[in-house]
Amino acid sequence: MSAPTAPSAPTGSLVGKLLVRGMLAGLIAGLFAFAVAYVAGEPSVNASIAVEEAAAKAEQATAHDHGGGHGAAEEPAEEEEIVSRDMQSTAGLATGVLVYGVALGGIASLAFCFVLGRVGRFTPKATAALVATAAFTTVYLVPFLKYPATPPAVGNPDTIGKRTTLFFLMILLSVLLGIAAVIAGRRLAPRLGNGNATVVAGAGFVAAVVIACAVLPANDDAVKPDFPAAVLWDFRLATLGIQAVLWAVFGLAFGLLAQRLLAPGPAAAQAVRAATPAA
Amino acid sequence: MAEAIASPAVTSTPSVAPVSLPVRAVLPWAAFIGILALVALYFVGAEQGATSLIAGSDVHEWVHDGRHLLGFPCH
Repeated sequence: MSAPTAPSAPTGSLVGKLLVRGMLAGLIAGLFAFAVAYVAGEPSVNASIAVEEAAAKAEQATAHDHGGGHGAAEEPAEEEEIVSRDMQSTAGLATGVLVYGVALGGIASLAFCFVLGRVGRFTPKATAALVATAAFTTVYLVPFLKYPATPPAVGNPDTIGKRTTLFFLMILLSVLLGIAAVIAGRRLAPRLGNGNATVVAGAGFVAAVVIACAVLPANDDAVKPDFPAAVLWDFRLATLGIQAVLWAVFGLAFGLLAQRLLAPGPAAAQAVRAATPAA
Repeated sequence: MAEAIASPAVTSTPSVAPVSLPVRAVLPWAAFIGILALVALYFVGAEQGATSLIAGSDVHEWVHDGRHLLGFPCH
């Protein structure tokens, strides 16, 4: 690409400034995502743990019936808590979501540095929105469609290694397919025009994702047959909402910060226009 | 007089010249921060679950709810 490089500041320090802004936007997005996780996600996590405890109690009761004549003193103690539920649902949850937000905000800001000015005539703000949308789709939505999130008490501990490997593999595959689609779209643009090239590349991405989902192994053992469907639905909807809010806030916040850093011109001109009363 | 100043500003705003950053300036940042970010994501998403670098389950228990709600397989 022969697009002109950014004027004034050395580009290395410009990348550093964008990275700091990306991590900051990721932190802000993480705070919003934490609020959604706490309000919309925690009730289904608690409901799921209640299901697990009820099942454990029922199992214990039947074991006692068969054993016969054992005293209450032999009741096994409650499962030992290393971290209390209160801490897990507040400080623990915040740690996880904020680290996730800052780390992915940093990565997304560097992806922004690569695509800025290389995917079309988009302002920094619009480019940030595109990067955030692409990240939501490839990092969460597509892997979620194949290997959806599971609440506590659902997974079979014996298959955690397999399920984790497949989930990370799906994220990697989805991101690589997304990058390939963007490159293909740029290659096709001179021949097909921007609109048609975008449609063809998007359709190619969807087709590749469908094939990948069909080929990759299912994990049927993730959800036990008697787990309440309503709790599972609420939980999965909450995880989708957390990611949607995370990436929407990131796209808006990083877009504003990047726009102010890279293109103060148009904004200043707008300020002049706003300050000057129309005749 | 105000009109004469305002009108050129209005017509000059729509066209935004695409600015791009040279790949060579971005790569070192991407390599270094990419690795750091992936290590952070590993600790949130997989440590003391599928694989374990640190003994015990303190990390797992601390990020437990976050791991579930961010979509990672937890246990």
